[in-house]
Amino acid sequence: MNRTAVNSEKKIFKLERIRADFPILKTIVHGKPLCYLDNAATTQKPQIVIDKLVEYYSSMNANIHRGVHYLSEISTKAYEDSRIIIKNFINAKSEKEIIFTKGTTDSINLVANSFGRSKLKTGDEIIITGMEHHSNIVPWQIIAEDKNLKIRVVPITDDGEIIFEEFEKLINEKTKLISVVYVSNSLGTINPVEKIIETAHKAGVPVLLDAAQAIQHLKVDVQKLDCDFLAFSGHKIYGPTGIGILYGKEKLLNELPPYQGGGDMISKVTFEETTFNSLPYKFEAGTSNIAGAIALGTAIDYVSSVGIDSIAKHESELLDYATEKISELSEIKIIGQAKNKSSVLSFVIENIHPHDVGTFLDFEGVAIRTGHHCTQPVMDRYNIPATSRASFAMYNSKEEVDVLISSLKKIIEVFK
Amino acid sequence: MDAELRELYQQVILDHNKSPRNFRKLENANHTAEGYNPLCGDKINLYLIIEDDVVKDVGFQGSGCAISKASASLMSSIVKGMKKQEAEKLFEKFHDLVTGKLTNEEEIEELGKLAVFAGVRDFPARVKCASLAWHTLISALQDGKKVVSTEE
Repeated sequence: MNRTAVNSEKKIFKLERIRADFPILKTIVHGKPLCYLDNAATTQKPQIVIDKLVEYYSSMNANIHRGVHYLSEISTKAYEDSRIIIKNFINAKSEKEIIFTKGTTDSINLVANSFGRSKLKTGDEIIITGMEHHSNIVPWQIIAEDKNLKIRVVPITDDGEIIFEEFEKLINEKTKLISVVYVSNSLGTINPVEKIIETAHKAGVPVLLDAAQAIQHLKVDVQKLDCDFLAFSGHKIYGPTGIGILYGKEKLLNELPPYQGGGDMISKVTFEETTFNSLPYKFEAGTSNIAGAIALGTAIDYVSSVGIDSIAKHESELLDYATEKISELSEIKIIGQAKNKSSVLSFVIENIHPHDVGTFLDFEGVAIRTGHHCTQPVMDRYNIPATSRASFAMYNSKEEVDVLISSLKKIIEVFK
Repeated sequence: MDAELRELYQQVILDHNKSPRNFRKLENANHTAEGYNPLCGDKINLYLIIEDDVVKDVGFQGSGCAISKASASLMSSIVKGMKKQEAEKLFEKFHDLVTGKLTNEEEIEELGKLAVFAGVRDFPARVKCASLAWHTLISALQDGKKVVSTEE
């Protein structure tokens, strides 16, 4: 068999084969097969990612960048190789631009703290949107309080799209940063980030993208996007929890002071002064989640082997199918009807609270998220306390959508 | 429906969820309190008219799941006419019931209609839904006017 044949065979999307890679999908819940539709909260892990964690602790474990011994060398290499995998996956210019963090929240806090402390002063403004996750609101509020900054919020439409003209109006000479969610976790909206970045850059304002819900669904190319920062979490792209990435343009990262001080982020320390390490280590104080970082590389290799475009196509078909089926139920209203959506389906059922929906569906083996999804301002915008949310991943099937729909019909019947 | 689930969503609960009793604001209330469960966004405004230590009338408004709504509705019907101390005692029993501490069948039966909430003990995540109205009641009895949260 030649190489081309192997490669093209790999890219064929075979759902059964993919499902077989995820051991947890065989779980039985209350006597029913698990139907895991809570992927926007976290994704399940393929066996190779689980194996990588075991392999790391059984044959590689040592602290990185420190020892000269065998284990330290192989663990350092695996850690740095993973950084290169991630750099290639998002097409960063250099691995210096890839910083390992605990996750999206940690990445945004890093920027809020480091960028906020060094570049922002009283009266400066930060623009966010009305559909941000709390993790892209609260870090800015903390620094805003400290530095007397103003947070401006781009309003959203009934369908869940940002009002672009309002965004343009918010930009002024005081605007110092725009931090926006790429894909909304509660509405599914894919924001027009290219247009946002272009508009921001015309005004000389850098942009941070919260890509927590984008990285696992869309092709993300940081050079093409030209974003200044991009944050995402490992556990939402089939990797472990407690590991995430902050991408930042090298020039900008070089201008910023460290976020945390400690080991590994220094070149030289005396009691009088400290010289900080170069990128990316300047931002990686302390011993990081080494196993997690290595296994994240494995997860991303896995995603690449399936093909992000094939995944996007499959998930988009599932979303269309689920949207069509759920629209047939007159008691249900979909929250978030943007034209450009990712695989999130948020909805409310007339006279049935999402928590009751969640408990009922659990007994059908269906795992969905119910609540405010850490986006309370979005709930307030639509004047609802909470929604039920089904979110899809590469391993979900149309049959699972059918189980969701039939379970919803059952609960509607019981509450009649 | 699964037996455990049927135990949680008994007909009485579904009925009170659909048509909650005393679901109204009492304009002349002399004791009020607001209850809030930040984890799920459940909200309740409770209005009491208390004369000579006796709960003369109860009304509530708010939004929440079937368990929290039915609990508020049943609580409002049951405490009407009760003395403050009786209501406080009942809350303790109710709390023991939903957290699974009350296992004696006779004692459970003494709770009357409230016994339908026994199923909640198998759903730890829903205990707060069932007890929100009661926490709010206690706050209102102790001359309320303050916001109670299930997270404090």
